[in-house]
Amino acid sequence: MQRIGVFICWCGSNIAATVDVEKVAEVIKSEPGVVYSANYQYMCSENGQQLVKQAIKEHNLTGVVIGACSPRMHEATFRKAASEAGLNPYMVEIANIREHCSWIHKDKDEATEKAVVLVRTAIAKVKLNAPLTAGESPVVKRALVIGGGIAGIQAALDIAEAGFEVDIVEKNATIGGRMAQIDKTFPTLDCSACILTPKMVDCAQHEKIDILSYSEIEEVKGFVGNFNVKIRRKARYVDETKCTGCKICMEKCPSKKGLNEFNMNLNTRPAIYIPFAQAIPNVAVIDPTQCIKMKTGKCGICQKFCGAGAIDYEQKDTFIERQYGAIVVATGFKPIELDNFNEYGYSDNKDVITSLELERLMNAAGPTNGVLLRPSDGEHPKVITFIQCVGSRDTSGCGKPYCSKICCMYTAKHAMLIREKYPDTEVHVFYIDVRTPGKNYDEFFRRAVEQYGVDYIKGMVGKVYNENGKLMVQGSNLIDNEQITIESDLVVLAAAIEPEPSVRKIATLLTTSIDTNNFLTESHAKLRPVESPTAGVYLAGVCQGPKDIPETVSQASACAAKVIGLLVKDKLKTNPCVAQPDEMMCNGCSQCANVCAYGAITYVDKEFRVGRGTEIRRVASVNPAVCQGCGACTVTCPSGAMDLKGFSSKQIMSEVEAICKM
Amino acid sequence: MKDVELKMLERAKALLESGEVARVVGWKKGDFYFDPSPAVFESVEELEKDFVYNWFCGANLSKYLIQIAKKEGKTAVFLKPCDTYSFNQLVKEHRIKRENVYVIAVECLAKLDVEKIKAQGVSSVVNVEVVEKKVSVTDLYGDVTVLNKPDVILTKCDTCTKTHQVKDEEIILHERPERDVDRFAEVAKLEGMTEDERFAFWREQLSKCIRCNACRNVCPACSCVKCVFDNPASGIAAKANDDKFEEQLFHVIRAFHVAGRCTDCGECSRVCPQNIPLHLLNRKFIKDIDGFYGEYQAGETSEGKTPLTSYTEGDIEAKDVFNGEAK
Repeated sequence: MQRIGVFICWCGSNIAATVDVEKVAEVIKSEPGVVYSANYQYMCSENGQQLVKQAIKEHNLTGVVIGACSPRMHEATFRKAASEAGLNPYMVEIANIREHCSWIHKDKDEATEKAVVLVRTAIAKVKLNAPLTAGESPVVKRALVIGGGIAGIQAALDIAEAGFEVDIVEKNATIGGRMAQIDKTFPTLDCSACILTPKMVDCAQHEKIDILSYSEIEEVKGFVGNFNVKIRRKARYVDETKCTGCKICMEKCPSKKGLNEFNMNLNTRPAIYIPFAQAIPNVAVIDPTQCIKMKTGKCGICQKFCGAGAIDYEQKDTFIERQYGAIVVATGFKPIELDNFNEYGYSDNKDVITSLELERLMNAAGPTNGVLLRPSDGEHPKVITFIQCVGSRDTSGCGKPYCSKICCMYTAKHAMLIREKYPDTEVHVFYIDVRTPGKNYDEFFRRAVEQYGVDYIKGMVGKVYNENGKLMVQGSNLIDNEQITIESDLVVLAAAIEPEPSVRKIATLLTTSIDTNNFLTESHAKLRPVESPTAGVYLAGVCQGPKDIPETVSQASACAAKVIGLLVKDKLKTNPCVAQPDEMMCNGCSQCANVCAYGAITYVDKEFRVGRGTEIRRVASVNPAVCQGCGACTVTCPSGAMDLKGFSSKQIMSEVEAICKM
Repeated sequence: MKDVELKMLERAKALLESGEVARVVGWKKGDFYFDPSPAVFESVEELEKDFVYNWFCGANLSKYLIQIAKKEGKTAVFLKPCDTYSFNQLVKEHRIKRENVYVIAVECLAKLDVEKIKAQGVSSVVNVEVVEKKVSVTDLYGDVTVLNKPDVILTKCDTCTKTHQVKDEEIILHERPERDVDRFAEVAKLEGMTEDERFAFWREQLSKCIRCNACRNVCPACSCVKCVFDNPASGIAAKANDDKFEEQLFHVIRAFHVAGRCTDCGECSRVCPQNIPLHLLNRKFIKDIDGFYGEYQAGETSEGKTPLTSYTEGDIEAKDVFNGEAK
């Protein structure tokens, strides 16, 4: 006979204000199998847990149902308490009467009724629970960092400093990311390259760090502590081990028409190139769409001049497989495409540029050697108008609903730098709000207005059009309540930022979640901000949400701390809620193996008795150390031969039935 | 057709005599000319006595191989174009070992439906001659009736353009003319209905079901060692026969179970004694899979990934589906 104990938590007023907790506890008392029912203000507190432990001992409970918050919050807490009282921890079920009930309902009667149903459902399940025992799995003492921008660099350096091996996989030919393209950084205005490139060099020189540039993640298998990752090393047509970075190939290459992506396509580069002078690794790469030899078969000049003999036009993509204990995702961002914003004339006017393009135009290593010249005719612009929130905070559907967070600060920076360098230039900024919270941030913005005389105009721009070679910026000035038109030489758009699109593929490979804006979701917005919901996967930088460099670096270091905390362990407890096939029903059809994201399912030929004889059948076999209990196999199996311990089809059906009985 | 049958018989005998195969799976004569049935031949004598291949050999032989090909020695099988897809799918699902089977691809210029012939007023068929689109049917009394071939072929042959996907050798004496048919036309018609009309259509059709299980038993995709409907522990068995509504669920659950694996061989509708157009349920799935994941024909190969059990970046997102179709 089952002896179930039910414990209803008030969660202060979180549950008790909307659910009549005493009534729930009272009603549940008469459920078949329930021998004890109680309610308490904070069940997760020391006293609350004590209540559970005592009841288990006194009433000899065989199963426990806690009506409280989401199991993601406190399932582990109560399992531990049960275990301390001598009950198998997997004989505990949580009925989520907070997120699934009190928080989303207003009517107390209705919410109370629903809470009763949710608790009954959990009782129906716990009656079919079986005691389970967690196994152990070893931890591979190596971390993978996906993305070699400042977030990836910082995370890798911190992990390596703790003594663990780290691989940085970067899809571009060099690490450095967006920060390498930036000229000066707010709020201190120190040169971006001066603070970034030494860190890049540190990475390259660190004996624990392996930089896999021009590489992409192809496949991820395994789980926390034991990820198995297949990495595509894209053909760069240059032998990385031989190239000395002398750049003679770049000088001699006759094809010079490739757009320079590093300079935001503002100038061109040879078909064989090193993205920028401080690139790490300092190794050339050939753009096969521009290379004359690869397009026509004739040329081969770079090969002739390469003293190191590093050029290899026949190079193919190669694949490597490595094991990791933890993974940091730091895939970064890109400015949005401006196709939806024709009103600003970005595609029609060369002198309408994005802020990141302006960074390159002001950078000493940029296409104009740091002299601010406008793209159309190379003249000094005398009137510059900035437009903020281009595609940010945009609920029209053209842009992004969120605030890109960095634009107010970098626009103030641009305005200030221009006024500093070219005091005869007029600078206007159209803004909706100026948002500059942060240490020394608001002071920085005020300096732009008060000391540098930047003209901030509250209002949005309606359109930008070309009239007699001048860019006419027509917008509203909400303070003076008037429509104004500013004749400008250069217009700079603070385009919204969005996660690097390739993150979608990576999120899928890692089976981690992503929100509607393609930002990766953290495990808990406040308390687990750098952990993804997938154990062993951590998030750093803009892939998780818009943020500036100081925040990115903090988050990267936080990730590193989490990774180090994981890698110092020799063994991890595994989840015993794993799949298990019923061999008598298994067809051996491989469908479960096809959908298994962890590669946990293999097949064995086994002999079975059939009638009077025997026959060999191919049946599925689950590796419990690799299975993560996602359940994909159980729903794919056509015959229902696959089941999940702790979440068996029978348990789920009995839950559904309990709900339907109401 | 007689020439094809003779050639098949000759090859079957030769394969058995040489010991190259231990048995041959084909069709044997039934009580009547129009009801040949699938059979296993293990000797030349059996072949000479009963082997047949005529216009009524519509049955798909692939599924029989799951059990038969497990026996010792190689098994030869005659497969029509549509049957080869089922064969490939079963090889893909490891239900048949390819190396255990010797596949003889055999020509098919569509098969006839005796029920449709009866509906034209001709019964007791003893012989059939087909010249292009004309079918001359001789009955027991020696009367000959000429019918239009498209009126009397099996429903599953109506829109068939399938070609042999697997063969170790072939017996093809007459080339099949090219056809231009749209197998999704009927599905589109159903899609064009309102929800209520469609529900009424399927309720009417499915309420005819007598749960004889013929569709399941003949379906090459329904090859589970233990079918969920026969397994009380699955919790599904009871769903299939409680009342009229539950009975409809039998076919819906079955359609889901074979989705992505159904090769559209049409056997379900062929064997249904109540003439329920079951193949339309499966075809709707096929059409949706084509639309959502790109054209896919189950059984075209015995390898590779299938759209419903693999992920690609191009896969449609749930948010892009509206009312069962891509937005």
